[in-house]
Order: sequence, then structure tokens, then C-alpha cells
Amino acid sequence: MKSAPDTDTLSDREIEEANAANPVAGIDQTRGDFKYEMSYEFDAGTGLNEKTVDYISGVKKEASWIRDFRHNALKIFRSKPMPTHWATKDLENINFDKIRYYLSQGQKPKRTWDEVPDDIKHTFERLGIPEQERKYLAGVEAQFDSEAAYSNIKDVVSKQGVIFANSTEALREHPEIFRKFFGKVIPTGDNKFSALNSAVFSGGSFIYVPKGVKVAQPLQAYFRINAENFGQFERTLIIADEGAEVVYMEGCTAPKFSTSTLHSAVVELVALKGAKIQYITVQNWANNVFNLVTKRGVAHEEAEIKWIDCNIGSRLTMKYPGVVLKGRKSRGEVISIALANDGQHQDTGAKMIHAADETTSNIVAKSISVGQGRSTYRGQVHIPKHLKGCKNNTECDALLINTNSRTDTYPAITVRGDRNYVQHEASVSKVNEEMIFYMQQRGLTEGQAMSLAVNGFINDLARQFPMEYSVELKRLIDLEMEGSVG
Amino acid sequence: MSAPSPLSVLSHSPIGSFAPDVFASHLASVGVAPAWWLERKRAAYEKFAALPLPKRTDESWRFSNILGLTLDRFALAAPAKPSLAPFPVPHAASLTFVNNRAIEGGQKHGWMELPAGVVITTIGEALAKFPDLLRSHFMAQPQKLGSGKFAALHTAFLHDGAFIYVPRGVEVPAPIVITHIAAGPGAAVFPHTLVIAEENSKVSVVDTFASADATPQFACGANDLYASHGAQITYIGAQAWSRETMSFQFNSTVVRRDARVQSLNLHLGGRQARHESLSQLQAPGAFSEMLALTVADQTQEFDQRTLQIHQAANTKSDLLYKNALRDQAKTIFSGLIIVDPDAQKTDAYQSNRNLMLSEEAEANSLPGLEIQANDVRCTHGATSSRIDPEQEFYLQSRGIRKEMADELLTFGFFEEVLNRLASDELHASLRTMIQTQFTKGPRV
Repeated sequence: MKSAPDTDTLSDREIEEANAANPVAGIDQTRGDFKYEMSYEFDAGTGLNEKTVDYISGVKKEASWIRDFRHNALKIFRSKPMPTHWATKDLENINFDKIRYYLSQGQKPKRTWDEVPDDIKHTFERLGIPEQERKYLAGVEAQFDSEAAYSNIKDVVSKQGVIFANSTEALREHPEIFRKFFGKVIPTGDNKFSALNSAVFSGGSFIYVPKGVKVAQPLQAYFRINAENFGQFERTLIIADEGAEVVYMEGCTAPKFSTSTLHSAVVELVALKGAKIQYITVQNWANNVFNLVTKRGVAHEEAEIKWIDCNIGSRLTMKYPGVVLKGRKSRGEVISIALANDGQHQDTGAKMIHAADETTSNIVAKSISVGQGRSTYRGQVHIPKHLKGCKNNTECDALLINTNSRTDTYPAITVRGDRNYVQHEASVSKVNEEMIFYMQQRGLTEGQAMSLAVNGFINDLARQFPMEYSVELKRLIDLEMEGSVG
Repeated sequence: MSAPSPLSVLSHSPIGSFAPDVFASHLASVGVAPAWWLERKRAAYEKFAALPLPKRTDESWRFSNILGLTLDRFALAAPAKPSLAPFPVPHAASLTFVNNRAIEGGQKHGWMELPAGVVITTIGEALAKFPDLLRSHFMAQPQKLGSGKFAALHTAFLHDGAFIYVPRGVEVPAPIVITHIAAGPGAAVFPHTLVIAEENSKVSVVDTFASADATPQFACGANDLYASHGAQITYIGAQAWSRETMSFQFNSTVVRRDARVQSLNLHLGGRQARHESLSQLQAPGAFSEMLALTVADQTQEFDQRTLQIHQAANTKSDLLYKNALRDQAKTIFSGLIIVDPDAQKTDAYQSNRNLMLSEEAEANSLPGLEIQANDVRCTHGATSSRIDPEQEFYLQSRGIRKEMADELLTFGFFEEVLNRLASDELHASLRTMIQTQFTKGPRV
């Protein structure tokens, strides 16, 4: 979108030339970056082989079944080809030999705020969370590179019988609960990157909410990557027992590096009969990060799983949160927002696998492509034979900001039988010029107007986020929209 | 219906019945032809033989029954003379091909004189009289939808087909009816229809496909439409092969400035039928309307792949594919709209509606978009559901039996597509074909 030429600024031609020379001209890519010196106690080195797996397993003092699980996963990872027959060829640019698969400062997870190292506190400061709010934000489980650096909600929720631990602790101390579901929702061989995660996972949260317990405060975690070429492979497993309710939130932010970084997480959710799980993600990866995440939940009878997923940043994000609707009357929902700026590809979507009668699913995806950014919706809805009363609704809306922005939609819908209802709709549009004109006429700059319009586009979804997340989201969008016009 | 051979016993040789000696005998039967024609056929055969059969992991064959694809047990169809009634519509001219050959006296004029300069003839004759036109338009468009191998097979073994040329500013007042018939067990046919409409001309073509007997046959056809500036083409493809036929049909439509092409494909026959349709909107004002109706029953599989490419600004495309599924039938609709970076002000629509009429039918929808320009209107929608219970209830409350109500509502479902046709005669004939299949078609 181009504004009327302004005599005080560059001519259109000059801007075009500048854009041609530097496709991200006008956007300050260093904004929001930060980085601190780190010293690591444990380091598995670069590259991936059996020794890497043994090293990680050794450092974590894992049981032999987990070690075997990791080794098996490594074999599967090696045997699986890159899924480039449908996914972008950019995946081929990941050099698995140059990635560090495990780094840790060897800290024990901290119990109180005072014990959290100052530099990590400083990072939180840069994330824009004031001290008061930090204390208020109960349940901050901040992932410091591979290990959880801080958690204070544990004491509060443990009184309700909730187990909230990192993956290492949980598998060591509560195998009777977690082993049963670990790797069952997302089998190791589900895809190449779930296999990779299964081989080298560290960090992440394991949560068990007992029968009937409703966790009042959302459990939170911040993840970040802060070492060059360092991949982060967190593993999260949340089990909500019958009638339990829990909200989990994760926010991601990372400093920018010149070489690519890989983030490949696996998140498994199990909602037993009548349970409710809400999983909220707001991520803002640096735009050299490959973010390849597998997220899936199983909803048993009358259970509800809702993914709220907001993707900003990264070089390539491939993430399709899914729900397997296993029990009668279970419900799955994915609310997705993606913003792709120059050099970024947001390949996101949702999967709804209906496996019982009267199951319902809803997908609402909105994407914004800025500059040469590319956003892709990829979805799957599957309703097999002999089911009745299943319903799916899918809506995908794409907003294209600049003339060279790109969006794609690739849904796949399979319906068997005549007792189910499925509808899918998608639309592509640009920001209404009259709306921008009106706002400019009321004294807003074009950038502000554009920012307001984009925030309006996602407003109905953003309202579903918790307050602090929607505020952060708005701030991130303002930041991304600056310099995108003219 | 006789028991079909279990698919597991079919071989999946990449060339199957179309071995080099079969190709050599086909070439020998071509007779006098320009060198470039023979060279193209040879190159196509090499390409066909070199390319592998589709694999399960091929994105453009997603959900297709790969095991059902076989090139075995077929033979180049021998000359035959079955009698089948042509498509019942008043026509300006007709051409009939049986087992790839134009039947004698099959090239008839209808009830009117053809305007001067209009050519309705066979590919064989066009090779002699209009080699340049044929050379620049015959299978000239890219194969982008996954069937490069089968399109090459078509070019290699094509024996004859229809060639329609409408000169500048000429309007053909009534439809031209082309009939392609396959006769005899194992018959392999390669139907071809090429329509070239010059500037500001107007023509309507009905292409029909039928089997003379209910035996397993192989059809691998193409119909290419070229609409020059301001031209208008209406194309009807009515496919009613035998229920044991393996069928491929490739369409390529080129729409130039201010030209308008409307195509409607009716799919009734075949064991497994794949239809690929590519519309290229090449200049401002171009409009392509792509319509399809499928009545799928028993274990039929209909696999429809479409691509709407907007290559210039101010172009429009509108796709509506409706499938009615009964018994254990399966349909696949995979559509893609591509808007090129410079194609601003594109208006593209794509809609797939599946009417589920049995508990065991399966509908797959893959409605896709790839948009690289921002000032566009692009939407798509896909739905799969049964007859609306409220509509059913309403009709029942007016005293109409449930079965009758369902039939009425199903025909209503098709009418939305048929109503897009300007010609009442074409509308009526197609409706009769659908209703015959729907009410008298074999049920399992």
C-alpha cells in the first residue's frame, strides 16, 4: 500500500530502489533484540549422534527406559526424510551438524524469586514485565535455555495435588503418572521433528491436575533461546484428570543471531473425561529461528481442548496444533493468529481428528502478511465412517498489507457418512483504503492507522487471550507494522 | 454389475499394456503425417515410459486410490461400429468417434448452415489443412496438476479427435456436438477435442463420452480451449463411461483479454475417473467459469483437480464443483487458485459442495489458495453435509413423502449449477442425464 507522495520524504522511485537494495528497509530489525553472556556448565557439543543422546541422558541421570526411548527416536529421526514433498524447501537449509543439542548451567530449578540470577531477572525486564507484575504473574516457570530457571507456583498448586515439574524431574519422580501418557499422543515416529525432539528433549513442563481440581491461576512459562546455534527441544505433557481444568500459557522471545537456530518442541495434552485444557502460546522468535513444533491433544468424553496460538517472528514456523476427539461429545478448538514479516514464513494451521460421535471442532485462523512475508494456513479435518453428529467449522482469513505480500491456504477435509456437518471458508483481503483515509483524516499517521486496522482485524481473537498477552500482542503488532507502509 | 477384478491382482507396471511394440504398431497406423507430429508423439512416448506411476506421497495424488491406477489389460481399440444416440440437443454440427476413429458419415451438419470460415473437422484432416494452427495449440499448455505421465500417453497414442476453429467475429448459432465412444472389452481410447475461438467469436461445444458396453475400458482424453480476445466459449463435457472404466481427462483453458469461457463437466461414469482442469487467465478482463456436477455411487471414485491461475490484472474466475455421493462412493476435490504477483484486482472464487447421501460415502476437499498480490478478492468455501433436515421437514409438512422430498432437494442441489447455463436446451438435456442416472442408476 502506498501513500500519496510526500515532498519532504523520499520519492516512490527512491523508496523502490531502497527496497530493492534491502528488502527489509524501513523496518528496524534490531529492535527488541537482546543478548547476554552465558556460561554453560554442561554442553553436548555440536552435531547429533548416539554419544549426544547418551550425554544428555547421563547429565539428567535418566532411567534406562528413557535412554532407550531416546536412542530409538534417534534411529527414527535418521530414517525419516525431510517432508519437503509438501513443506517448503527451506527446511533443507537446516544443518543438523551445526546445532548444539544440549546446554545447561546446571542449576537446580529455583524456588523463590530472590534465588533467580540477576541476569535472568534483567531479561524479564527487557521482556517488558514490571517487577510488580512479575510477582503477580503466579506460576512463572521460566525456561532458561534447557532447564527451568524459576518456578514459584509449584508450592501453591501442589496443595491442590497438582504436579508441576520440568520433564526431567517429572519422569524421575512421577513415572507412574507420566510414563503412561508420555509419547502416546504424539508417537516418536509421528514426523521427523517429533522424532528429533524425542531423541534430545530437555526442559518443558509436565503437569498433572488431579480429578476435579480446577487450577485458578493460569500456569505460565517463558522460553527463550540464547546461545548461537543452540536448538531448544522442550517437551511438555499436560494431563487433566476427570473433571479437572487448567490453563497453560507460554510466551517465547529470543535474541537475534546471524546463523540459524532450531526450536523443535513436542507438546502433548491429555484431557480425561469432562476435563478442560486451554493452551496459550504467544511467540516472537528472532527471524533466524526454525520453529518446528508438534502439538496435539487427546480429548476424552465431554472433554475440551483449546489451543490459542499466536505466531510472530521466526524464519520458518511450522506448527499445526491438533486435537484427537476420542470421546463422545468432546470438543476441540484452535484459535490461531500469525504475522509474517519480511523474510518470514508462518506455515501454521490446525488438525481436527474426529474419532467419536457428536464431537465438535472449531478452527479460526487469521494471518497477516507484511512486506515480503508469507503466511500459510494448512489444515486437516478428518471425520471417519460410522460417526454421527460430528461438526467442524473452519474459517481462515488472510490480510495482505503490501503489494508483494503472500498468503496460501491448503486445507484437507475428509468426511465420511451423511450424519456429519463440515464447513470451511477462507478469504483474502487487504486493508480497506477508505478506513485508512478516514483515520488519517482524523490525525493519525498512516502507520498508526495501519496498525489500528491490523489490530482490529485480529481483535475478536485477541480478546480471547488473557489481558497481559493481548497487551503484549498489540505491542508486538504495533512494532511489526512500523515502517510497513509508504 | 459383474464382479470387478480385485485391485490387488492388478500389476502396476509403469507402462502396462502400452509397451514399445504397441507404440510402434500405433505409429505404423498413423499413415501420412508431418514429421513434427511424429516427432512429438515419439517424444511423448519416451516421456510416458520414463515417468513413474504416481506414488502415495505425491501431493497432487493425495487421497487418490493409487492401487487402482493400472495400465494393464488394455489394448488399442480396434475399429467398431456401435450405435449410440448422440447427445439430444439441437446442434449446428456433430462429429462422432468410435474407438478413436471418426465414423463415416459421422460428420454431419445440423439443421442450419454453418457460418463461413468455421471449421469442424478431425485432427487427421487438420494435420493436412491447418498444420500451423494445430502445431501451436495442440497440447501446448503446461501439465501442472500431476498427470504429466498420462498426458504424454495421450499425445503418444492419440489417433484422432475433433478440431474446431471459429474465425474472428463469427458466432456459431447452435452447439457443436462431439461424441466419443469406446467399444469392446479392454478398449483403450484417447479422445481429443481442440477448440480455437478467434477474436470476438462465439461458440458452444458439447463433448460426450460413453461406452458401448459395460466392460472395463481405458480412456485418456484431453480437451483444450483457447479463447482469443473477446471470444466466448461454452463447453459441456458429459462423461458417462462404463462403470468399470479407468478414466483420465485433462482440460486446459486459455482465456485472453475480455474473453469468457464457461465450462461445465458432468461426471457420471467410470470405476475411477480423474479430471484435471487448468484455467489460465492471461490478460485483463478474462473470465473463466468452471462448473462441475458429479453423481457418485456404488464404489466409484471421482478425483477432480483444478487450478485457476491469474496471470494478469483485472481477471476473474469462478469455480463451483458439486458432488452428490451415494453408497460407498468417494470423491476428491483439490482446487488451487494462484494469483501471480502482478495480478492485482483479481476476483477469484472457488467452492466445493458435497452432498452426503449415504453413511459410507467419503468426500475429500482440498481447497487451496496461493495469493501473491494484495488488492484481490479471493474466497473459497467447502462444505460436506447431508440434505438440510429443515428443508426436508418443510417439504414433508406440505405432504410430500420423505423419499420424494429428498429427491427434489437433491435435484435442487444440482439446479444451482445447471442454472448457470444460458441455453435452456443444454440445461434440459443435462438434467435428464442426471435424473436418469440418479433414479435408474444401479444401486448396491
